[in-house]
Amino acid sequence: MAALRHPTTPGMSDLAASSPIPERRAGSQAWWNAVNAWLLLLPAAVLLITFTHYPILATIRHSLFITRRNGTEVFVGLDSYQAMAADPIFWKALVNNFWFALGTIPASIALALVMAIWVNRNMRGRSFLRLAYFTPTVLPMIAVANIWLFFYTPDYGLLDQLRGLFGLAGWNWLGEPSTVMGCLIVMVIWKEAGFFMIFYLAALQQLSPDLDEAASIEGASRWYTFRRITFPLLMPTTLFVAINAVINSFKLVDHLVIMTKGGPNNASTLLLYYIYEVAFTFQDSSYAATLTVVLLVLLSAVALVKFGYLDRRIHYQ
Amino acid sequence: MSAITLSHVSKCWGAMRAVDNVSLTADEGSLLVLLGPSGCGKSTTLRLIAGLEEADAGTITIGGVDVTHLTPAQRKISMVFQSYALFPHLSVAENIVFGLRVRRVSRAERDERLRRVADIVGLSHLLERKPSQLSGGQRQRVALGRAIIAEARVCLMDEPLSNLDAKLRHEMRTEIRALQQRLGMTMVYVTHDQTEAMTMADRVVLMRDGRIEQNGSPEELYNRPATAFTARFIGTPPMNLVRQNDRLIGIRPEHIRLVPGGDHVVRVKAVEHLGADSIVLCEIDDQPISVRLDGFSKVQPGEDIRIAWDADHEHRFDSTTEARLENIVNESRLAASDR
Repeated sequence: MAALRHPTTPGMSDLAASSPIPERRAGSQAWWNAVNAWLLLLPAAVLLITFTHYPILATIRHSLFITRRNGTEVFVGLDSYQAMAADPIFWKALVNNFWFALGTIPASIALALVMAIWVNRNMRGRSFLRLAYFTPTVLPMIAVANIWLFFYTPDYGLLDQLRGLFGLAGWNWLGEPSTVMGCLIVMVIWKEAGFFMIFYLAALQQLSPDLDEAASIEGASRWYTFRRITFPLLMPTTLFVAINAVINSFKLVDHLVIMTKGGPNNASTLLLYYIYEVAFTFQDSSYAATLTVVLLVLLSAVALVKFGYLDRRIHYQ
Repeated sequence: MSAITLSHVSKCWGAMRAVDNVSLTADEGSLLVLLGPSGCGKSTTLRLIAGLEEADAGTITIGGVDVTHLTPAQRKISMVFQSYALFPHLSVAENIVFGLRVRRVSRAERDERLRRVADIVGLSHLLERKPSQLSGGQRQRVALGRAIIAEARVCLMDEPLSNLDAKLRHEMRTEIRALQQRLGMTMVYVTHDQTEAMTMADRVVLMRDGRIEQNGSPEELYNRPATAFTARFIGTPPMNLVRQNDRLIGIRPEHIRLVPGGDHVVRVKAVEHLGADSIVLCEIDDQPISVRLDGFSKVQPGEDIRIAWDADHEHRFDSTTEARLENIVNESRLAASDR
């Protein structure tokens, strides 16, 4: 586009006149450049617009309408948003999601970092350990949910068998509102930490061992080196992992379908699962669109914080 | 007291003997250069002195204290790495005072010492910059500043100039040597560049395959190479070695003269003009021989020229052991006179 404007600005036309190329030819060349640029952008632009931008706009539009039984759409403005504000299950899902994020994100990141530092050292069985940590990520979500379902099963599940050894009575882990969220959090930490570890491991291997050695010659303890050198240099990875963790905490749905269906008494309902229920169980697509807009706003806010604030404060190599 | 002594130090990596029974001494306040081709064990030797590797055998003392099993920090040394090892997220000032902060030196003293060191290495105007905003030479100075602010008596340098361009390298060479003498540090300096070794060192230790090939002053290495390997390694261009029966005859290019009635006829292959002198690359009995001539030589490739040299400029080496032969003669003479 800039190339297209150039010949029309006075300074540039002077330049074009003084150059051996006549002005008209320079103009048409700039035009061709612009066409070329847009043609090269076209495939990516089409995909982005079709599958990202259009659906977002359509969702926002859809949240302002309701669909009658006969299929006609009626504009209702912000009515759906008012209904949402008065919907206790929505607030329950949002609060649940907040606790879920708070429970999973810091713990899984810290665990990932510790594991990465551990398997980054030279030791026997290192690759086996790395593989073991990564296994939860490779397993299909449904299989993971079933494994944990067995752990949490009342009376003959793994946890209750352990409790039995100490003479304690069985406990319905997923059936009690007080424990169901904790159970989900533990499972998700187990699943996410190994995945995040891979990123930390890659970042650690990028760091020059000279830095550690230079610090050790200066007399820095291992903890001091980690605090002042390693951890700050891992910040880009931490940020990336943290953003992923936040997004994942809002994206979790398959485990809920298998394990709890949001119950008991909505104690484990998360935002995306609620959207899924509203859209496909209650068939209320316009209310689902309204909820989706909330999810979009939340995720955009996260992205904004990342690009607008955190990126400027972190040292990138 | 800061002399460094290694006695019978060895370090193996599996079957490979990286450092093989090395003994040497760097006198207090002197600059010792560990010289050798890549993979000769010079860097490993330096890392053993620093405590970054632990010796498999032998003892290392610094200032008379056995440091063989001490940590790098306990050895009270400073070190400059080939990569400089600057902390990329810290400013120049933070990089330089890193060690002082570790040791909890008070803020006032830290600032005072930083000011002094920044002055010495010429970085006073760049203290707020990050390493990525500096040129190669400036980074080198930061690494140097970090090494000298600790005021350690021993400074170790691992090929500190290898990432700089030729002009800067020449400049820094002089500066490092001047700094070492001014601060009276004992310095061990690793390099593969014999020019650095010749110009900076009080003592040069030439290494090969983990062993010491020769240990002496730069002059000794140049004028009395103990082996054909040393002869080939020191000097630009290095000493000519011409095989004669079971001997290698060594002669420096600058000791060869162009004489109309010379003893040897050689065929000129190429001529390199360096300005002040010219290197004429010739061939004698299918063996290469280079001749250094003053000024801009008019000799043409393909020409046959006659050359000569004085017999007392000749070095002789055994062609199988590569050892200097006079030594053997001298030693047998000494042995004879003892009797």
